[in-house]
Parts: sequence; structure tokens; C-alpha cells
Amino acid sequence: MTPEPEAVDMLPRERPTMNAAAWIGVVVVGFWILIALVGSSLAPFEEGKLVTTFGYGPAGKITLLGSDYIGRDVFSRLLIGARLTLALALITTVFAFVVGLVLGFAAALSSGWLDTVLSRGIDALLAFPSIILALVAITALGSSIPVLVAVVGLIEATRVFRLARALAVDLSVTEFVEVARARGEGTWWIMRAEILPNTLFPLATEFGMRFTFTILLLSALSFLGLGVQPPLADWGAMVRENISGLLRGSMAPLAPAAAISSLTIGVNLIVDSFVRDYGAKADL
Amino acid sequence: MTEVLRIDNLWVEGRQPSGRYASIVKGVSLTVNAGEVVALIGESGSGKTTSALAALCYTRPGCRIANGHIALRGIDLLALDSESRRQLRGRKVSFVAQSAMAAFNPALSIDEQVTEGLHIHRLMSRDKALIQARELYLKLGLPDADRIGLRYPHQVSGGQLQRLLAAMAMSCGPDLIVFDEPTTALDVTTQIEVLSAFKEIVSQRQTAALYVSHDLAVVAQIADRIVVLYRGEVVEEGPTDQILKSASHAYTRSLLEAVKPPPLVTHRGSSGVVEHAAPGTSVIDVSGITAAYGRSDARTTVLRDVSMSVQRGEVVGVIGESGCGKSTLARAIAGLLPPVSGQIKLADVVLAPVVRGRSKEELRRIQIVFQMPDVALNPRQTVAGILNRPLEFYMGMNGDARMARVRELMDMMELPGSFVSRYPGELSGGQKQRVNLARAMAARPDIILCDEVTSSLDTLVAASILRLLTRLRESLGLSYVFISHDLSTVASFANKIVVLYAGRVVEQGPTASVLAPPYHPYTRLLLASVPKLRKGWLEDIVRSREATAGIAREVKLVETGCPFFNRCPMALPGLCDREDPPLLTLSTQQHVIACHRTASDLATELASY
Repeated sequence: MTPEPEAVDMLPRERPTMNAAAWIGVVVVGFWILIALVGSSLAPFEEGKLVTTFGYGPAGKITLLGSDYIGRDVFSRLLIGARLTLALALITTVFAFVVGLVLGFAAALSSGWLDTVLSRGIDALLAFPSIILALVAITALGSSIPVLVAVVGLIEATRVFRLARALAVDLSVTEFVEVARARGEGTWWIMRAEILPNTLFPLATEFGMRFTFTILLLSALSFLGLGVQPPLADWGAMVRENISGLLRGSMAPLAPAAAISSLTIGVNLIVDSFVRDYGAKADL
Repeated sequence: MTEVLRIDNLWVEGRQPSGRYASIVKGVSLTVNAGEVVALIGESGSGKTTSALAALCYTRPGCRIANGHIALRGIDLLALDSESRRQLRGRKVSFVAQSAMAAFNPALSIDEQVTEGLHIHRLMSRDKALIQARELYLKLGLPDADRIGLRYPHQVSGGQLQRLLAAMAMSCGPDLIVFDEPTTALDVTTQIEVLSAFKEIVSQRQTAALYVSHDLAVVAQIADRIVVLYRGEVVEEGPTDQILKSASHAYTRSLLEAVKPPPLVTHRGSSGVVEHAAPGTSVIDVSGITAAYGRSDARTTVLRDVSMSVQRGEVVGVIGESGCGKSTLARAIAGLLPPVSGQIKLADVVLAPVVRGRSKEELRRIQIVFQMPDVALNPRQTVAGILNRPLEFYMGMNGDARMARVRELMDMMELPGSFVSRYPGELSGGQKQRVNLARAMAARPDIILCDEVTSSLDTLVAASILRLLTRLRESLGLSYVFISHDLSTVASFANKIVVLYAGRVVEQGPTASVLAPPYHPYTRLLLASVPKLRKGWLEDIVRSREATAGIAREVKLVETGCPFFNRCPMALPGLCDREDPPLLTLSTQQHVIACHRTASDLATELASY
């Protein structure tokens, strides 16, 4: 009954607190979420209303950020577009993760014909440039918001699949997974309770990146005319449609570009500090 | 005698997660003379590795040398800048790590890595360095010395790799070598070959050595002097003989007592429980199991025709070197690896070969506990979460009832109740192993398959885990299959022993019969290889008949004949390598040896080395 001598020195670690970088991320992302919620009621103009008779009007009292290539108010469109941009990117990324994780983990744990079929199928999809794949699929199905989410989500899911499978293959041979198997646990439970928590940190980093790529892919599609259809505004589309304004010193392409960067940097700041603090503590 | 290393009043601190520094090594002083081997002994956390690394003027990340004086051949190491320290490392002082597998780069050939030090310090041309490396391989007793260096690390055995690591450390002809538990991860037979190679080369070259270990019996073979560390302080120091015979400090004495008795002398294992077990109440009956890894077209058979049974309240020890199929047997019983043929019965009911085919109730009654507590517990689940799951899964418990049961389990395992909210990373090795056991106990099993549960633990901690297991067996009538490569532990704990070699049962029977003549030649080799707590044992064993035939050869899986043929001093060429050995049933009905020799051939007493 003598206590082990080593036991005395083991104290629970202190739970980490958020650092400054994380706070900046929270503030930025929180700001954009707020705009997404209430932005349309703050906007001085409707998104399709022409406020100047010429393109690329200057910034001024009425049009805070100037007007775009056909004379619509950039500030209003930015506020209104926040909701669509955020929602679309978030839903698409979450969809990509759900599909990619479930298939990736299942492939790793089954390691039989299911793994072979899934992996080779996904390899085939990965062989195509994502934009070409999206073009073909959306042209065939016609552009609408659900189709965009599904197509872009599935394309991003192939990337998530590779990562998820690689992480889960390593974990699937660990002893705690063996114990769970011996206990008689099903694949779904092992995925959820044993694998997922141990892949959370690399996956969180990946989430930040995928979120960014999703916005970029969606705006690329907008540029090609297959993304969000006018007169709806999303930031990616705003950058692309106003790209010629760069030469004329207009804010029209810069403002939405800045919004996209601030959002992705914010998301990544939160994710990184989460990974650094909790990841470092929990790994031994 | 010339003094090679002098450490004076060394203090090393480690950074806590809070940012504060806490002392790990508290005022350690020691000296090592030329040609002398000094052992640093203590448990994990005693600061022995940290002190030894300081001789290389190195601290692990997050640690710093706070105070003290370290001199190597009179040079004050702490006064040097990092470039001059780098010049010393490898050339004047070198390091042999515990895990050779982890210390070698798998992508480079062995020659490249062994001569790397000479190359970095520009001491020798490549050709000369290779010639010298060959000489080192020969001196370290490595087979095929001319060509072994061309191989890659995964192409040689663990014992050979450990000696190659010593060759790497020796290559620049250092004044001092630091050995960090170099034989801890090895089998007893391999340990002998590695230890004697180390001893030989250290005395030939008159190199000073600092040997870190937790195993007194090993240290007794190689060290001239012993320094005992306890919680970062030197509690005792003296010549090996003096420490072994008349240790003055209580802690040293507790270490000496914890050294298990040699397996031949006592048969405490055969006491008690089996007697009142009604005959025929076997919990597990394994008959004719053959198991293999790989697909059907390229199969490696790792278990061949294995039969054994476990009665209620009985402990069956499974012994053998690594690669003999011990863990595979446990995995087959647990349903993780379906056998190719043969069947497993749980209390006279035939079990499905895989987990998926077994009922929840059947699964509940067989629990498995793995060796490495670090990887057997999910690092992202709290202790409560880990223990809750089997309760919920098997018994559908939740809420207060489940919480009460978790508390009960914690009490049973002698763990403080407050630990339920901790993560495995916040527990010590022994505590993790207790949680590991508690998880198995939560299912209220009939039998627990223990796969090397004490092997990665310190002597004293392992002893406390064994006491716990014994108590649980006595109070709950549990049975264990206790897999271990440590014969002494099995001898003191098991009622029955199954000796596995290359996937076959070569001998099995009651502990007392297995550990007494007649022996299977392999059992004899294993018994002879357990280090004894006296000086000179190593020299004696190396000269013995068993060792000359059996040591430094690898376990080989064979299709026909006796698998032990290539290592057996009593092998009959033409018979043993052609035909499967017959089963000899000896005086006690349950004692069976698989051998072509007769019982009287095998009956010679084991020489008392």
C-alpha cells in the first residue's frame, strides 16, 4: 500500500489561457460574424442600386468606399456580402470536413477493400485541378447555391480525406484503439471517441487553411461566371468583377480583398493558438 | 589513476509548465577514472539520465544547468562556448542511447553512421575510418564484420544494433562514454551478448564509462563503482561489492530487496489458489491454435499448434524472447487476430474467432491489458472518461451508479479519487498502468490477458503492481494470462508456465516443474540468462555451454523440425532439423516438453553460475 515515490511530483498541468494573438483573431472574426448578422440593415443602399452614373466612383461622404465598375455602392455591398461569403465558406468547409473525415477514418480503420476503393477513387479526383473539376460539375448541374456548396465541398473533401486517412492509419494501430476493438466497440464509436480527439489539432489547422481555399475557389468560380450569381454580392465575386479598378486606384477590388484577408487571418490566428496551447499541453 | 570526469555539486533545473524552474538534480558530485565503469542507479525521475547527460554538457530541452562544475580531463566544460562543446562531443565524450532503433537514421547505411563522428571531426580519411569501423565490429563480436556495415538499421537485430551504437560511440576513441540504459529494452539472452561486448571493449581501450541503469543485477556485472541516486541526490556511493553486500542507506537496501529472487530458488507461485480450483473449470481453453500475419498468399506463421488452458483463479505465465509469438497469442484469444485454425473456448463454449462474432457478454469476460501504459490510454480522455466507457458499454451504467463504481475502481487500484479528472499525461507510469488495469477490471472480467504489464515500469513500481494483481486474484478469483520476457517475475507470480519459442509451445507445466529439471534446452537457456546479483556472473555464463550455443543467434520461424535447432547445445543433426519434436509427458501429468531428447538427457541440473 505504499504510495509510489514518483507520485508525489506529478501535479495536474495548468490549463492554458488564450494569448493576445488569439484575442485579435477572436475580435476580427467576431466582428465579421456580427456584420454577417446585422450588416444588411446597416447598409446605406441596396446591393443592386446604382449610386453613381459612372463606374469606379471616388470614396466620399455618401459612398464611403466609392462605387464599383457599374456604379453600385461598395460599402453596402461589402456589408451585405458578408453574410453570403461567411455562410457559404463555412457551410462548404464544414461539409467538406464531415465527408472527408468520415470517409478518411472509415478507410483507415477498415483497411480492406473499402480502403482501396475509397483511396483510389479519391486519387482519381485529386488528379484533376480543382477548378476544372468544379467547372465541369457546375456546368453540368447549373449554378445555384446548393450545387456550389456540394461541388466545392466535395472537392475540398478529397483533400481532407487524405489527411484524415493518414492521421487515422497511425492511430488505428495504437494500443488504445486495440483495447477498444477488443472491447467490441463499433467502427463509428472508435472514429468518434478514439480517433477524432487525437486528430483534432492537425485537423483544426487544416480547417483554417481549407476555409481560406474555399473562399478562393468560390471567388474563382464567381469570376468565371459560375459562382454566386448577380445581383447577389459575395466578396470573392466583388474582387473579381472590379479587378480592372486596380489600375484606376479604386477601393472597389481592395476593400473586399482586405475583408477576405482579415477573415482568413483571424480564423488562422484562433486555430493556431488553439493548437499551440492545447496541443502542446496534451501531447507528451 | 587518472581522473577523466569530475562533476562537482551539479544542479540541474527543469522548466515547469508554469514557467518556474524546479530542481531535478540537486548537488550531485561524482568522479570517473580512466578504465573505470561507474554506474548511476535509481528509478525514473531520480535524475540519473539528467546527471549523465551533463557529462556531455548537454541538458534536455527545457532544462538548464543551474550550478556546479563539470571537468573532463581537467577542461571546465561549463566555461566553453557551444562550438567548443560541439568539438568535444563525439570525440572526447560520446553517448549510447537506450533505444538503438531510435538512435539510428533508418535512411543511412550503418557504416555511414558509425564513421560519421570521424568525418565530422575530420580525424580520419573515409577509407581509414571504414577499416577502423570493421575492427570495432570484430571486437564487439558482431557477425559478418566485413559486410554488416553495408546494411541498413532495420536489417540487423536489436542486440546487434545496440552494439553498433557502441561502435559509433567508440569510433573517435573518446575518453568517456555515457551509456543510458543500453540493455533495458533487450531480451535476457541478448542482454548477455551486449553486456559482455561492452565490458570487453571498455576494458580493452581503458575508456571511462558512466553507465545509467535501474537494474542492479546488470550493474553488478559491469560496474566498478555504483552511485545511487534518489530524487536528484546521491544517497550512497561505493565499490560495487560493497554496495551489493553491505549497503548502508535504506533506499539502496529497498532496491536490493526489489531485485527478484532467481527463478530457481523459490516457487512461491505454486502456492494457494490452484488447489481449491475444481478440476475442469477452465476459463480459457486454447486448442491447436495456428495464427499468421499477412495475406493468404504471403503468410508468416507466428503461432503454430498452440494449446493451453487457464483454470479459474490461476495465473498462467507465457514466456519467451521477443518474436516468439507471446503477444500474438494474447491477440488471438482476445479476438483481435483470427487464428487460421484451432479453437478457443471460454468456459467450455467455443468462441467466434473475431471480436465481431462474439457476444458482448463473451467480450466482457475476457479483457486485455497492454504493455505500454503511455499508448494504451487515449491521451485525450480523462481517467473518468476511460473508466466510464466499459461500464456504460457492458453494463449500461450511467449517472450516479457509474460514478460510484468508478470511485470503487479507483479505490481498488489504490489511486486517489481526485485523479478522475486527470488526463493520462498527468499521471506517472505506474499510475497509468493502474488506470489501464482499472479499465479492464471495470468489465468485471473472468480473465485478464496481461501483455508485459510490468516490463516498462521501475522495479519498485512493478512490484507494487504485482502485489495489486495478486490481491485482486485472491479476492475476486480472477485468472490471468501473464505474458512477460522476464522470467523472474513470471516465476514469482504464475501457477503455470508456458514457454513459447518461435511460435510453438516447447514446454509447459506447473511453475515448480518447469523451473526444475528436466528442462527443455530453451527453458534452460532462459533460466541461465537471468542476471544474478553478484560480480563475475557474466563471465561465467558467457563460457557456459548454453550460452555458446544459444546466445547471439536469432529466433527463426521454421516450417519443419524443432525451431530451436540452430541454438540448441543438445541438438541432434539429421533428426531435430527434420522432424517435429515429440511431446514428452513427465512425472506430473501436466508437465510437457517438446523435444527429441529423453527426459534423462534433459535432467541435468542447471550449473549454479
